[in-house]
Amino acid sequence: MKFLTEYRDPEVAQRYLEEIKKTVTQPWTIMEVCGGQTHSLVKNGILNMLPKEINMVHGPGCPVCVTPLNLIDKAVYLAEEKGVILCSFGDMLRVPGSEKSLLEAKANGADMRILYSPLEAVKIAQQNPDKQVVFFAVGFETTAPANALSVVHAHRLGLKNYSILASHVLVPPAIEAVMEDDESHIQAFLAAGHVCTIMGTLEYYPLVERFKVPVVVTGFEPIDLLQGILMTVRQLENGEAKVENQYSRMVKEEGNPMAQDTIYEVFEVTDRLWRGMEVIPMSGYEVKEKYAEFDAKRKFNVNIPEAPENQECIAGEIMKGIKKPFECQHFGKKCKPESPIGAPMVSSEGACAAYYHFSGMLEKIEEEQAL
Amino acid sequence: MCLAIPGKIKSIESKYDGLVRMAKVTFGGIVKEASLEMVPQAKEGDYVLVHVGVAISIVDEEEAKKTFRYLEEMGEVEEELNISEFLPDKEEYR
Ligand code: SF4
Repeated sequence: MKFLTEYRDPEVAQRYLEEIKKTVTQPWTIMEVCGGQTHSLVKNGILNMLPKEINMVHGPGCPVCVTPLNLIDKAVYLAEEKGVILCSFGDMLRVPGSEKSLLEAKANGADMRILYSPLEAVKIAQQNPDKQVVFFAVGFETTAPANALSVVHAHRLGLKNYSILASHVLVPPAIEAVMEDDESHIQAFLAAGHVCTIMGTLEYYPLVERFKVPVVVTGFEPIDLLQGILMTVRQLENGEAKVENQYSRMVKEEGNPMAQDTIYEVFEVTDRLWRGMEVIPMSGYEVKEKYAEFDAKRKFNVNIPEAPENQECIAGEIMKGIKKPFECQHFGKKCKPESPIGAPMVSSEGACAAYYHFSGMLEKIEEEQAL
Repeated sequence: MCLAIPGKIKSIESKYDGLVRMAKVTFGGIVKEASLEMVPQAKEGDYVLVHVGVAISIVDEEEAKKTFRYLEEMGEVEEELNISEFLPDKEEYR
């Protein structure tokens, strides 16, 4: 496939690896913010191939993982008690709520539909005029235009039975929160390429200025990641801190203005709670007053009390890059993808799930236990 | 769910009375529908990055080559620097 497989070429990867090894002279801690990149780094074995000086830590960039517990409880409630057709991306299904997950709600008879695109949810609403259809609109900046577009379409079609349960988070405020945490010692960031496709690269200049850390906008294929890491390490070794764009085939400096317009048509920026972390100022999107009738939170006015988080899960520390998944006492034992304690063990972009599936860390732990 | 992959636009059609342009996009052998509302300038044959049913960017084919040139270019720059080390200081020519 053009623009895909060539970025997986093992020979090119090898040359990048060699160049990284030649360049690095001292230890560096680099955070990849995006869970998609975490997944790719682990799945393609890149973490094991990098020189030991490079410590890649995994950021909070998994929208499923940071969706607040209370919103999952709300989704479950809407599906079970309000008789809505609840539509969602597949990743959300197994994420534990305070009592149950959406999958358990489905098993109890709730009408749950797994969709590839929010636009499909609008079609379902068109086809089921006598039912309320709610789309669980989870995502970062990358997904916001599509979710906003579903509202625009529904509005255009005059639908009265479509709304979204918005759970939207933004990357730059999360980078700030990570940098402000005294326990994290991140020296550079790989910024999420797909987020920048929408938002561009300009947002990162103030961060680089303030924290004096390199930020390299990076893609998702192995060669992209290796090039992004090389560019980062070169900056670090040269004592530089600037914004660079590895993913220029997809990312323009100004991003996609059309997509930004669609986002701001429907959403406004608000403070937002990140599951496992805290409330981060101006770090999320909520539906604007103008589109209130398409906002499930207003439409159904569900008041579900906040439930306490499971204290055993250390997802917060993992998402801030303070700990690695195998440092959690439950990793691979009490907490597995089939029986997750926390969200990062569920989503394919969650660091715990990535480590569980691909890295062989589990075998190591088991070996140690066997000794 | 944040996955976005590049595919080639096979055909384009208008929907909702011409308000929305939808494309059939091929990813290897698989064909999927994608909205072109975020990339109005996209045309048949273009490669677009598609995320949850919406094309969000047109692949810049010139820029795409850079990743493969980066190592060479880096090497060239370094060579130049190395060479200059062995050259007599410019001051001496004054
Ligand atoms: S392994 Fe499970 S319990 Fe531990 S941090 Fe990850 S999700 Fe939470």
